[in-house]
Parts: sequence; structure tokens; C-alpha cells
Amino acid sequence: MTNFPIIAVQSLIVKRGKVTVLDIDRLDIVPGRTLALIGPNGAGKSTLLLTLAGLLPATSGGLFFHAKPIGDRSSLDMLRRNVAVVFQEPLLINDTVYKNVALGLKFRHMDARQTAERVEEAMTNFGIAHLAKRSAKTLSGGEAKRVSLARAFAISPGVILLDESFNSLDPPTRETIIDDLQKTLQKTKVTAILAQHDREETLRLANDVAVMKEGRIVQAGTAAEVFNQPADEFVAGFVGADTILEGLVMKSIAGLMEIGVNGHIIEASGNYPQGTKVHCCLRPEHITVTRAVTGKTSARNIFDARVEKIVRQAYFYKLILDCGFRIGAYITLPSFEEMDIREGSLLKASFKATAVHVIKSGA
Amino acid sequence: MDIFLQGIIKAIELLITFDTEVLGITWLSLKISGTATFISLFIGVSIGTAVALNDFFGKRVVISIINTGMGLPPVVVGLFVTMMIWRSGPFGFLEILYTPYAMIIAQAIIATPIVMGISLAAIQNLPPNLRLQMLTLGASRLQMVWVLVKESRLPLLAAVMAGFGGVISEVGASIMVGGNIKGYSRVLTTATVMETGKGNFDIAIALSIILLLLAFIINFMLTQIQQRQRPQ
Amino acid sequence: MKRMRNMKTVFAVVAAALLLVSGASMAQAAKKAPAQKNIILTTTTSTQDSGLLDVLIPNFEKKTGYFVKTIAVGSGQAMAMGRKGESDVMLVHSPDAEIKMVEEGFAVNRRLIMHNDFIIVGPAEDPVKIKGIKASADALKTIAAGNALFISRGDNSGTHAKEKALWKQTGIDPAGQRWYQETGLGMGQTLNVASEKKGYTLADRGTYLALKKNIALEILVEGDASLLNIYHVMEVPADKWPKVNGEGARAFADFMVSKEAQDVIKTFGVDKFGAPLFFPDAGKKVEDLGK
Repeated sequence: MTNFPIIAVQSLIVKRGKVTVLDIDRLDIVPGRTLALIGPNGAGKSTLLLTLAGLLPATSGGLFFHAKPIGDRSSLDMLRRNVAVVFQEPLLINDTVYKNVALGLKFRHMDARQTAERVEEAMTNFGIAHLAKRSAKTLSGGEAKRVSLARAFAISPGVILLDESFNSLDPPTRETIIDDLQKTLQKTKVTAILAQHDREETLRLANDVAVMKEGRIVQAGTAAEVFNQPADEFVAGFVGADTILEGLVMKSIAGLMEIGVNGHIIEASGNYPQGTKVHCCLRPEHITVTRAVTGKTSARNIFDARVEKIVRQAYFYKLILDCGFRIGAYITLPSFEEMDIREGSLLKASFKATAVHVIKSGA
Repeated sequence: MDIFLQGIIKAIELLITFDTEVLGITWLSLKISGTATFISLFIGVSIGTAVALNDFFGKRVVISIINTGMGLPPVVVGLFVTMMIWRSGPFGFLEILYTPYAMIIAQAIIATPIVMGISLAAIQNLPPNLRLQMLTLGASRLQMVWVLVKESRLPLLAAVMAGFGGVISEVGASIMVGGNIKGYSRVLTTATVMETGKGNFDIAIALSIILLLLAFIINFMLTQIQQRQRPQ
Repeated sequence: MKRMRNMKTVFAVVAAALLLVSGASMAQAAKKAPAQKNIILTTTTSTQDSGLLDVLIPNFEKKTGYFVKTIAVGSGQAMAMGRKGESDVMLVHSPDAEIKMVEEGFAVNRRLIMHNDFIIVGPAEDPVKIKGIKASADALKTIAAGNALFISRGDNSGTHAKEKALWKQTGIDPAGQRWYQETGLGMGQTLNVASEKKGYTLADRGTYLALKKNIALEILVEGDASLLNIYHVMEVPADKWPKVNGEGARAFADFMVSKEAQDVIKTFGVDKFGAPLFFPDAGKKVEDLGK
């Protein structure tokens, strides 16, 4: 039951004029999970969201909502009533914050008491309860974004779609909104799809990632799968060369955490509380590779590493190392030759605690 | 200069003593132009909104026609309406030539494209995703249109004012279809023309002052609205 | 929040006002509903501008219950509307055209109502010295010979028709001459133009008297028999046009020749100008006028 897709996309083609803007063979939206669509501008992320929301008709192929085919008007209406979209711009109406959050419920002719309950809850989730009586026109960009998020969550949609929602916000505002969104997604267990640009946000919010290019999905999987094993160079270029490790904070004292990753412990700077699920990001240039550890090193993380794969790049080599978890590291040509590295060589990989970028992860 | 001063003094006298004829003419002007504006509001906003929200073949042509209509010369409308409602005209059986009805019709025809053009622009100026946002919040098509119209309420109010301002100060069509009949179809503008012809400059000036006052009030309200619309 | 409430108030007020206004005008229009009660009178601007009809018509309406829609235009247009059946009764002052219309069957029951006279007015300086010339045609010849500015109505009104007839007598065709300008406006406005431009013009005495205080023009030529300004009432034949209100037209025409109306005409304007503006002529013959 849980894995039965809430929305299933099959052989979906969307054309604008004669140009095919979407061509998706198969995509299952799994209930309770968050999927991030990533890809360059014009890859079709927003178009896909609009199609999933029933706002853009498919040219051929189809969409199934709870296994019901979507096509005629009544099924489209049904889909629209179950899917909420949060657009890039807040799109508030010229009224109070409360009236804005209540708008979807008003369309559904919900009674006042029930409306009040739902609106209060949604406003509390996004920290805007104190703004209830303010006119929407007087809000800051961040506040307006919160209102538009609360408005979408207030209708308790089956699926919520967020279209590059945070691009225009300044970093601190963005940070706190994403925090609230992350909590609300966990709390409400609502299925969500995000069109995303930002890797870090993707890791924070999404369980799954689908990479899009020219209207197609080129790779889909869990966040760690897609980021660590890009299917081709396009995906690799887009997701970056960083190693992404899923972990759990085991201990957290005075700005230093011990994070359990695949049975190993990585030490990292930061102070998320014990029990927090996190992603650890390691940039390949921050990994030092040696034959043996000699003398003193300031690196707090030293692992035995077996060379799994060697990738020759312009002025250096990229090594894929197995340390019980897989990481990527760069090594210069002279060092590479000096150390006489081959596939299967046993080395030491070390990195500082400060080199580990820790991201609190989504559900 | 003498005439002018005398005229103004007499005008003020007529105004502060609430001269019944002047008041009657003013009231009739408000009634006729108000009704015409009210009618144009319904037709203009609904068609304007429909054109703004639908994509169809020839939409640009339709928009051009509406924009041209915003500058429809009142006398052309007057002539057209007169010919339609002549006893021998296609709508002669209505017998409404030289009645306030005919004036309302002519003025509504003048005001409708103004209201239509402004509401069309107002709806088109809304963020394009707003209608999608409303639909995805579960709005029916009617609810969506209602929200959009409500969101453009300030420009729409401006449209009403512009339409009203246009017809209350219009003379060509009113005199042609209304006939300037005393106590029946005589309004501020037609009375001003007639009194000027008769050499009654004082009354003409009094009527002009009332017209100016009305224009000022309308513009004042418009300005208030536009200022309010500005986000602070 | 406060602003929102203000906004709502404005809306409520505007909406309420519009509703009230539309409701009121419907009610008002409905009161005048019965169709055959309406009479369309097409007439010349001078009868309206002098204020005579403002006195006569309420009397008629009160007595008979008819509602008269007075459309004041030039005599030419007044008769053109009659020819199309768009008018019920005409009160006009363009005798030649009137006779033609009766002969052609477009008007019936042409009856003499009243007369006053035309005058030639001009600036006090009188640049080409027409003051004192007896025959109006001679005065016009002098104006033409001196290239003095002459302002014409140029609107096919009764006055314009009279002016053209006078020019015909002189044998001069003024059309297109530099000194001859047409306004296309009513009598009052044309007098104002002549005053501003210091030109000569032909006017009816009633309108001139009414405007005298505001214009710098003096009477230079008057009293010539050919300057008589004669008003007739004519009915549009109801058998020709199904929609014409024949009974109403007859009632109005009868009223105009009644003693009551003729008495009003006799004294109209005396209190204001010291002299009557029109002379009642019901029952007389045109040939006897001005004698």
C-alpha cells in the first residue's frame, strides 16, 4: 500500500506547438516521500510540475492519480483539488494573511470553525500566526513566501508541488523557511515534489532525486545514489563531484560531532543534536591520500582506503576509494606516479573535521 | 471680462440658492450617466475579463478593436444610435428616440469600450500564474474569475470613473439622441450648449462649474485610489 | 486593516449610488410611458432660444396631457425630419421650402402662427456705411462691394434660407468669397461670432434682443418687407407614416392658433425687452403682414 504510487506518469508527452517539452517514460510519485527534480533551466522541471498539477494538458500518454487515469475534465478537476502548487512568486491576494491562508478552504466552502482550525495550524507551522490580521501587501518577501506555503498546506493536499520556491530570498530567510518546511513535511507526511536548483536544499528536503535534461528524466533514485553515482557526465557535472554520505549523529559535544556512516565514525564540526539524520559532504580536493600516515597530522579522520577506480582527468587523477563507504579524492600527477597507484592499491585517506560539510537531511 | 465676472457671480448665486432647474439638470445628468456607467460596467468587465483570460484566434484584432473603441467619438455613436432608433430605423418600434433611455444607451455604448479596455488591461496585468494558483487551490472557474476581478478592483474602479467621466462630460451624442428636452432629457452639457446659444452665459457658466466640480471629484477619487494602490 | 475598511466603504457607496440612480431613472422613465402621449415637435432654434416655447408648451401639456418633445434645430433639419416621418409637427420659418413640402404631400395643414422680422446687424462703426439703406438687397450689395466681413449661419436654418433668398435678389453669389464666412452654428452663437469678428450678419429680432446686452452689434437695416420672418405650423401626414402621432400634432397645431396661445405670443418678451418678440398672426394672410 505504502509503495503504491500516488501519482504515476507513463509515456507522458507534452508539446508546446511542435516542440516536445516533456517526454517522460515513467515516474512514480511514492506517498509520504519528497522528490526533488533537479536540472538546468529549461530542463522541463516547471512544466512537469504544471502537468502533474493538472494545469497543463498532456499531448499524449498519461497520468494516473491513485491508479485512476487523468484525462477528462472531471478527473482533471479531481486532480487539481488534490494537488497544491507553490509557485516561485507568492501570488497572494490583496487581503489579510488569514484570508489568504484560508483561500483554498473557502473555495471548498468549508465551515468557519474547521477553517479556523486548519488555518491556525498552517500559520503556526510556518511561524506567521502573529501576522494573521496584517494585509498581505505589507509583508516582506520571506513573510509572503511563508503565507503561500501555509496556504498550500492548509488544504491538506494529497501532493504538494513546490516550484523553485526559494530562489529570490536572501540566505538567512531562506534558511529559516526551509527549516520550517522541512519540519512541516515531516510532521504532515505529505507527499511533495520540488523543482530545485540548489544541491544543499535538495539534500535537506528530499529523499529522492530525479535529474532532468531537455524534458527527459536522465536519472532517478535516492539522493545519495544520484549524487554519488551519477549515471553520466551530464548528471555528474550537474550534481558536482562531492561525496555525499548518509549518517546519523552519534555524539555531539562542543562543536564536534561523531557521525556514524556505514559502521564507521566520521568526526565533523557542527552541533546538530544526537540522533539527527544528516548528509556529510566531502569535496574531493579536501581528501589527502598517502601510502602511510607519517608524523603528525591535524586530520581527525583517517581511514584505510582501497582504490576502486581511477579516472584520468586533465591535470590530476580522480580516485574512487572504498573506506567502508565510498569517497572521491583528487591526486596530482606527480604524486600519483610517485605512489605508483593502481586499482586495488591500499592507501590511507585523511581529512579534517572542518572539511566535512554536514547537512541536516529530510525525512 | 465683465460677462465672465457677472457669469461667475450669477453662477455662485444659482448654486448656493439651489436653483431648482439647475439642480434638476444636475440630478438628471447623474442619473443618466450613472445608469449608463453601471450598464457599461457589467458588459465591459465581463467581456474584458473573458477576452483577457481566453486565448483564441484573432485575439489581437479584438483587443485592437476594443482599444479603438476607447476613443469612440461620441457624435459618431450619437448618429449611429439615432439612425437605429428612428421611427423608420430597425429599432424604431421601441419608440425611445428623444428619451433618457436613448441617452443611456448611447452613453453606455461610449463608456463600455473604456471600461472594457481598462479591465482587459487590468486582468492582463495580474501575474500570469495567479489564475493557475487559484485553480490549484481548488477554485472553480467562476471562483477563479471572481478572485481575479477582485484583485483588479482598483483599476476597475478607475475604469468606472473614467467611463463616468467620459459620458457625463459628453455632449454630441446626448443632444442627438436625447433632444435636449426641458425637464426630461436636458443634461448639464446639452443645457450648457443651449444656454450659450441663447446668450445666457451666467447659467452656462453655472452649469460648467458644476461639471467642473464633478470632474474634479471624479479625478480626486481616482487619485486617491491610485495613491492607495501604491505599496508603502 | 483600516484601509481595507475604507476601501470597502468606497465600494459600497459607489455601488449603492449606481443602483439608486439606475432605479430612479427607470421609475422616472416609466412614468412617461404611454406612447401616443408623446408629440415630437421639430422647430427652429429661435423659438426655443427666445424662451417662447418654455411658456407655451407647459400650458399645452397641462391642458391636454400630451408630452411634447421639442427638438430645436434649424428649419431645414426640422422639415427634413418631418419628411422622413421622424417628426409629428413642425414650427418653422422658411416659407418657400414649406410650400414646396406641402405641395409634395409631406406636410399638411400649414397655418400661419406669428411673425417678427429679420434685421441686418453690424458693428457700430459700420465700416461700409449701410445704416439707413432702406432695401435689404441694396445693403447686401454695399457689403459685397466693400468686401466687408459677412457672417452667415450656413446651417440651412430658416434664417439662412432667408439670407440666401436676399443674396439671390442682389444677383451676387457670396459663396466662397473671402469676406463671406459660414459658422454652421445657431443664431445666438452666430451673433457672438459676428460681434467678436466685427462682421455684419442677418438675425431674427427676437434672438438679437435677447442677446443684445452681451454683444457689440447694432441694428443697421430694418423694416424692409422682404425682411419679414414668418412662422408657420405644419403637421406631418399621419396616413403617410404609421408611427406619426397625427392626433397629437393636430392638437398642438390647434393650440398654437388658439386665442390662448396667441395672447401669450402677443405679450411675450414685453416685460424683459420692453417690446414683444413676436406678433401673433393666426387667421391672417401673409400678404397683409407688416402693414
